[in-house]
Amino acid sequence: MTLTRAAGVILAKELRTEFRSRQLLGTTAVFVLIVIVLFSFTFNPTSDEARRFGPGLLWLAFLFAGSLMLQSSFLREQTNDTLAALRLAPIEPFGIIAGKMAANFLFLLLVEIILLPIFAALYNVAILPVLGQLLTILILGTVGLASTGTVFSAIAAQARLRELLLPLLLLPVLAPVLIASTEATIDVLRDPGQLSRVWLTWLAFLACFDVIFLTAAWMVGEYLLEE
Amino acid sequence: MSTPLPSSTHGAASNGRSSGLRLQFSEVEKRYGMRLALRGITLEIKAGECVALVGHNGSGKTTLLKIAAQLTRPSRGKIAFYTGESPVSLDDVKSRVGMVAHHTLLYEELTAEENLIFFAKLFGLADPAGKARQALQPVGLADRASDLVRTFSRGMRQRLSIARALLASPGLLLLDEAGTGLDPEGQEWLGATIERLRDSGCTIVMSTHGRNETQGAVTRAIRLEGGKITHDSGAGGNPKEILVMAAVRDSGEEGPV
Repeated sequence: MTLTRAAGVILAKELRTEFRSRQLLGTTAVFVLIVIVLFSFTFNPTSDEARRFGPGLLWLAFLFAGSLMLQSSFLREQTNDTLAALRLAPIEPFGIIAGKMAANFLFLLLVEIILLPIFAALYNVAILPVLGQLLTILILGTVGLASTGTVFSAIAAQARLRELLLPLLLLPVLAPVLIASTEATIDVLRDPGQLSRVWLTWLAFLACFDVIFLTAAWMVGEYLLEE
Repeated sequence: MSTPLPSSTHGAASNGRSSGLRLQFSEVEKRYGMRLALRGITLEIKAGECVALVGHNGSGKTTLLKIAAQLTRPSRGKIAFYTGESPVSLDDVKSRVGMVAHHTLLYEELTAEENLIFFAKLFGLADPAGKARQALQPVGLADRASDLVRTFSRGMRQRLSIARALLASPGLLLLDEAGTGLDPEGQEWLGATIERLRDSGCTIVMSTHGRNETQGAVTRAIRLEGGKITHDSGAGGNPKEILVMAAVRDSGEEGPV
């Protein structure tokens, strides 16, 4: 079975189980909403401050949401040891990881898209004129979050103190994604209506991070899932 | 709640190839940290044999099965698979192995049918939905196909787990306490299924303890102690003595061996 087909089968299973149990999406969306609202109340930013600091707070909230959501990505497979069932199948181990990455990417992106208008309202930021650019940043940033988080979730799931281990491993590694996504978002909100070189540079940085991390995950996928 | 098994036991594994795999363990050792789970196991299991692994808890039965399923790698030594005299690559072996483990390896949030369709797709089987329906029939779960696995009793989950393992008509079937949770009728059904699989040429390796209905199909018994083989009735030998000895020794134990 090809890698993409295996990943597609696992993605379909992940979507089906999540939309049936609704364990992750609801919790994560509420969590991000609380963080955004709390940040808004705590800092009470002016319009200018919101454009400068809002993106950082937003991406920080997405990062926390990612570490919360990704925690269970492989933990769920421990119930009834279903990870062993996946490993028994004649598929490339990276197919399992890729399927989960794709599912996590979609779940995170969905939460982000739902909460973006709430962020815009709370921080008085006009997102409609720059929606396309914002979505590009969201997609590239979320690929970084989901790919890195899924890999570390696979590692942490087999360790003791796994609930603590994932954020400890994940947050430092995701610092480049946080910085690049935040800077790109700040740039877009600062100069709506024009594509700046700064914005493109940060996007290129995000794309490079994604490609490097996906390649690394593909190369070590076999060892990530071993007992 | 339990669903009765159909009187006919045909169909669980009669829907495909049956050429069994031959296994060759050479000086296989498995270490978990400081603990040696297997110590230099050298063993050949011929195609079509039905081997019972017996021994106390922690004797290495599950580890041996996991290595045969390629769920874990040996720390030392190697395992090879053959069809006749031709070696089978480790990548190809996976599509020919079915396993029933301690856990059910099933998704609670999926229905019985969805679980089987999912695994049929992962194994690249043609007509996954048809295969799933076909597999549910002999385990007596056809009328519960649309129910979520989390609503099933332990015995029903175990039957579904067996259906999952037989889905791709394996040439090597690995059973780790497969009778766990099954009622006497289910045990009898499992014994008959194993016997038929063995007769069709499938190689079967199972860990077992005590006396149960699945042991009637056994053609060879191996006793493991402390990660070593201490008794082996050999291919073509009489496994009864080892099985009876195991039943007597294990009768004082509780829980899975």
